Amino acid sequence: MTVTDRINALARRVPAWVLYILMVLPVPWLLWLAQTGGLGREPIQALEHELGEIALQLLIAGLAITPLRRHLGINLIKFRRALGLIAFFYVSLHLLVWLVLDVGILSQIWTDIVKRPYITIGMLSFLLMIPLAVTSNNLSVRRLGPGWRRLHRLAYATALLGGLHYVMLTKVWEVEPMLYMAAILGLLLTRMPRKTRKQAV
Amino acid sequence: MALRWKNTLKDHHVTDEAVYLNRRQIMGAAVAGIGLAAAGGRAAAAEELEPNSWEDITQYNNFYEFGTDKGDPARYAEALTIDPWSVKIDGMVDNPGDYAFEDIMKAMTIEERLYRFRCVEAWSMVIPWNGFELADMLQMAGVQSGAKYVRFETLYRPDEMHGQKAAWIDWPYVEGLRLDEAMHPLTIMATGIYGRDIPKQNGAPLRLVVPWKYGFKSIKSIVRITLTDEQPVNTWQQLQPREYGFYSNVNPEVDHPRWTQATERVIGGGLFSPRVPTLMFNGYEEEVASLYDGMDLRKFY
Repeated sequence: MTVTDRINALARRVPAWVLYILMVLPVPWLLWLAQTGGLGREPIQALEHELGEIALQLLIAGLAITPLRRHLGINLIKFRRALGLIAFFYVSLHLLVWLVLDVGILSQIWTDIVKRPYITIGMLSFLLMIPLAVTSNNLSVRRLGPGWRRLHRLAYATALLGGLHYVMLTKVWEVEPMLYMAAILGLLLTRMPRKTRKQAV
Repeated sequence: MALRWKNTLKDHHVTDEAVYLNRRQIMGAAVAGIGLAAAGGRAAAAEELEPNSWEDITQYNNFYEFGTDKGDPARYAEALTIDPWSVKIDGMVDNPGDYAFEDIMKAMTIEERLYRFRCVEAWSMVIPWNGFELADMLQMAGVQSGAKYVRFETLYRPDEMHGQKAAWIDWPYVEGLRLDEAMHPLTIMATGIYGRDIPKQNGAPLRLVVPWKYGFKSIKSIVRITLTDEQPVNTWQQLQPREYGFYSNVNPEVDHPRWTQATERVIGGGLFSPRVPTLMFNGYEEEVASLYDGMDLRKFY
């Protein structure tokens, strides 16, 4: 049995709900760390950054599903919806921490969204995720038909904007945001040449 | 020239002296809460500065010589050798040369200064420094009449400061002040915190502290001071001239291009620590505003 077969066999046995549970576990863990000093002397921004990074990781994992199947024959498609929905969950928490704990001043929140390009972009990325999250269920897939697939191409824009949001945030060019951006761009590039073919995306 | 600015009121004399303090002193005064409350009336209107904990001050640092994470300096600064240490003072001075740290300490008067510290990243602390007035050190070297600026340099030793292996900064770290800013009574060279030797992550063995400017101006682990008639190009200005200027005075009305400077978060308040309004010149307006009379502070940020 090849490695690919083994992964596929394992993936068949693990139900998607396991993923939901596992991937929500970091939230109480992070909150506990933030409360007990495990996130350093300034837990608000640390928590905000952790949540944002996890969201980006999940988005990247979601983008990897199709190329993994297409190029390596690894089929993890049944986990894609979970990855997307949990990414949305983390982005929402990330936003919530920013709104309530970080800024907490209504006038400043609005000014930041309008005036600070990295926040505008982050906000846009969040807004684009809303229709995706709302239609991430079997009923919507049936109702929207081919439109569902077109709609869910918004995930590309969401990931790109999310990566850009991270790159623009740092004071100078730092390695980590660049790695995230490189992963996102790389995964989007794997889709480019096959754009015209009749192929799942 | 030492002891030109009195602000560190100790518990035992605060009750007696606080009532006699004039407004100017009270504005900048860093007073333990108990003393102030006892003084009542006018004194109670002055703000009460509660110093941050030793842990806050020594575990949340920007010192890119040891890495860009706030915890990196505390993790890696132990590798730094600070003994022996000397500071080269050169340029437009009467007595240029290498000054051994011990000799500097013998010649200087160490005093306590409880200052606000405001980072350009919109967080702040209150730090009980020990140190001496920079003016005294410059006077020791004999500032010549043509000198207009002071240029400072941090140690460059990538073997011990592994962050210096990163190529995106043109090491060593450089900062600069106008001569009148450098000679101002508020400007000190810090050599201690809470009465202890200053930890390596905070800039041992001696660092600049300019409390009305953003923290990055307060250059750490200084090995060279040059008196010059040319305005130095400081490291952050060189890296991002649109975001960081030469003056970098704390100013709630001039935003950083990517975030507001109108508010700041006081470190140490945990998860529910709110932002508080940032003060003009970080609360030292009465003392330093006259240095910038007639200057457009939006232009000279």
